[in-house]
Amino acid sequence: MAKPKDIELLLNKDLLEKLAKFQAIELEDVEIELEEIEFSVGGGGGGIPSALLARMGFEFALIRDSANRITSLLGGPASPMGMGVPQMMPVAPGLAPVAPAAKPTELIPETMGVPVSEYPGSIVEVKLGATKAEGGTRAMSYVIGGEKVLPFFNFQAETPHKPVIALDVFDWPKVPLSKAVKMHFREYLEDTAEWARVCVDKFGAEMINVHLLTIDPLIEDAPPKEALKKVEDVLEAVDVPLSIGGCGDPQKDYAVFKAICENIEGERLLINSVTLDMDIEGTARLVNDNDNCVIAFTSMDVNKARELNRKLYDFVPKNQILMDTTTAALGYGLDYAFTVMERCRLAGLKGDPELNHPMSSGTTNAWAAREAWMKMGPEFAPRELRGPIWETVTGMTLLLAGVDYFMMMHPAAVDALKTIINQFMSNDKPAEPTEWVSVRM
Amino acid sequence: MPAKELSPIEIYQKLPRTNCGECGEANCMAFAAKLVNREALLDDCKPLMEPENKEAYDDLWALLKPAVKAVEVGVGENALTIGGEYVFHRHEFTYFHQPAIAVDVSDEMSEEEFDLRVKVLNDFSYEYIGMQLTLDMLSVRSTSGDPDTFAAAVKKASELTQKPLILCALNPDVMQKGLEVAADRRPLIYAATKDNWKEMAELAIQYGCPLVASSPQDLDTLKSITHTLEAYGVEDIVMDPGTAPNDHMAANLNNLVKLRWQSVNDEEEHLGYPILGLPLVAWTVEEEDTIINEWNETVLAALCIDRFVDAMIIHGISGWALLPQIILRNNIYTDPRKPVSVEPELIVFGEPDELSPVMLTTNFALTYYTVASDIESAKLNSYLLVVDSEGMSVESAVAGRKMTADTVAEALANFKVGDRVKHRHLVIPGRSARLSGEIQELSGWTVSVGPLDSSGIAKFLDEKWTPFPED
Repeated sequence: MAKPKDIELLLNKDLLEKLAKFQAIELEDVEIELEEIEFSVGGGGGGIPSALLARMGFEFALIRDSANRITSLLGGPASPMGMGVPQMMPVAPGLAPVAPAAKPTELIPETMGVPVSEYPGSIVEVKLGATKAEGGTRAMSYVIGGEKVLPFFNFQAETPHKPVIALDVFDWPKVPLSKAVKMHFREYLEDTAEWARVCVDKFGAEMINVHLLTIDPLIEDAPPKEALKKVEDVLEAVDVPLSIGGCGDPQKDYAVFKAICENIEGERLLINSVTLDMDIEGTARLVNDNDNCVIAFTSMDVNKARELNRKLYDFVPKNQILMDTTTAALGYGLDYAFTVMERCRLAGLKGDPELNHPMSSGTTNAWAAREAWMKMGPEFAPRELRGPIWETVTGMTLLLAGVDYFMMMHPAAVDALKTIINQFMSNDKPAEPTEWVSVRM
Repeated sequence: MPAKELSPIEIYQKLPRTNCGECGEANCMAFAAKLVNREALLDDCKPLMEPENKEAYDDLWALLKPAVKAVEVGVGENALTIGGEYVFHRHEFTYFHQPAIAVDVSDEMSEEEFDLRVKVLNDFSYEYIGMQLTLDMLSVRSTSGDPDTFAAAVKKASELTQKPLILCALNPDVMQKGLEVAADRRPLIYAATKDNWKEMAELAIQYGCPLVASSPQDLDTLKSITHTLEAYGVEDIVMDPGTAPNDHMAANLNNLVKLRWQSVNDEEEHLGYPILGLPLVAWTVEEEDTIINEWNETVLAALCIDRFVDAMIIHGISGWALLPQIILRNNIYTDPRKPVSVEPELIVFGEPDELSPVMLTTNFALTYYTVASDIESAKLNSYLLVVDSEGMSVESAVAGRKMTADTVAEALANFKVGDRVKHRHLVIPGRSARLSGEIQELSGWTVSVGPLDSSGIAKFLDEKWTPFPED
């Protein structure tokens, strides 16, 4: 039933240079519609004019396309269908190996080179929250971003700032939560400020994400004034920086963000989020005029992430923008989330000036995977562990793709990911190799 | 040469260009396209196998060979390929061979535990979007250090499972005894170290088995061993840079990155081999509860899967720990060149009539397959309207306004759903509840909000479905 959609070409500069060799392919009689071809350049665009890039991208698409069409016209499958089609692979052929001149009697000395990467770009630094000295009332503020190499490639460069873990709280007691999560917060569902306080005092939240769901016209349509009061209560209850989440309705979110930005001064709040279908200029001005930060949210699409950032640059300094390219749960599209983030981070490091922002992840989405909460056979028990490990593995995978700001839910997963982050930040080399072969476990 | 730099034209020019069709493709250009995508084998080209084409064959082999050698463990239909990778990041091309997961047994384990572990290896299976996810190998360790005890355990292991074996013993005399009983299974030998490499190399050559080169936390020596083994005549090598317990995640990551970067990006000699990871080292740390060992092992396994490991040995066999590992490796090793979405259309399940339920979902492949498999397994005669959400899941599509009342009403009309049923009653996913009113208004269909998860569809329809809810 599945049919392939358009193929998106992933091109980088190396490939484009190689492609230049194939310019001579005869395609004179073909009408060209450049707009039809979607491609992305990961190479920072040094040296090759964009028209040429576009042209070469098209040539390549055509070669690939016609090869596919030939295959399908002449009997082969048009292109692979569905998921997880087994791959065939060339395995070493039985070529006669060249006989070694003489067998070595001693180990041949070798030195391992250190892989070098000199990326021209780096990720911008963003400061979240403001202490008294900085004009706010928080006990601490955080700087995230600043990376010059891929996540925790410590042998190439130190990780400048520790990623931050924020816990989610909701202002609507009926928010659907899995049992494993709800059991930790059941008593506080009616009191957003108290819920936030417990997250900080008991579960080590470094920041709090207040999700204002009751403002949703389809839930309670609570007025902006009410939302503002709730945020003020949370600010009073905790001393960590806050992020403010809307309900997903573009008009309503804007109205609520406006009330909050205009009435709460100096706290350097993180507004979650601005999207392509919102009043981008209006939201961006709110963020800029009140010295807050914003999450630019797009749906798993590198080009849309770039487009939204570009639109924001007219109104907000770069160092007030985080990007969130959508988190999908382990088993439910984590591979797409991982790869989009990895591509954004790599592009930013390679010098793409529109993708070099710290990244944010709604890691709580891990709970959308039924394996995280569903009752399953006894061999998969207890589900009280399955959920937290699901959120942890989802978070760790995205940590390795470049996430700097995590929005999470389950206390055990928060604790686990915090530990993992500390382990990655530390450069402790094991003093001795670990003996395991002869160990009775 | 890394895969990303190849063009079908370049390959085509070196092929015999006879268009004979013996490879199963219509012509040489089509075959070249398959080769570039690693969907065909060079040896399928019969004319190329002729002696006069040897030079072209060798050229093509060199062009197409993976940066990380494909090493085969096991024999016959149970053989397993590890490695065979071309790129550092999956988006640069694709990863090909999921890291093989080996379950740990040792020669001093009680019979009960030994048997249970092999049973889990043999029987564990989880259905995930139409695939059966399973475990791959059995690793037999010598904790006794006694050659005969090890031989007995290896013999028993080879009788209890047909899956490929890893034999773990650092004493060559112990290894020899193990190989005597299981060499015909082509096990992976663990391991050649700086101290025993010569004896282990002799065994690997004598018995024709792949060999792990092991040098924990010392990559210079690791490279030294692989180079020396090559010079000695060992062809199939796997590299063990050492896995340290969780406190040393950074060291583990950095070793893995350095190795794979050098083999793929720098094409360094002597390093183009698969990597072995050892999450089971988490069990060498004393913890209050074994749950912590198993949790830490799962985290190490996730690191191995995310970052380049081609085979790994685990000790924990609890379902809650295995499940995230097998699904993560499936996700990371999914081909990113394949479509994310399915075609929007009206899907028919079983033999629905004009009073059967009509349900709605989006065209994100994972969403679609999950919903379809739930409807199929519950044998529900029904219609499923797959709306074009640009390949997004229900929740994201509603939030991102890729699925709106407009697109739903449009799909109902375009696919002429009203011609199939007499009623006008649509069940929408629980996660799209907020659209219910608008859909009703725009389409004229009565809308019921279904369960949040499609596993609840059967129960929902059983309790709530009626074609004419107003009556």
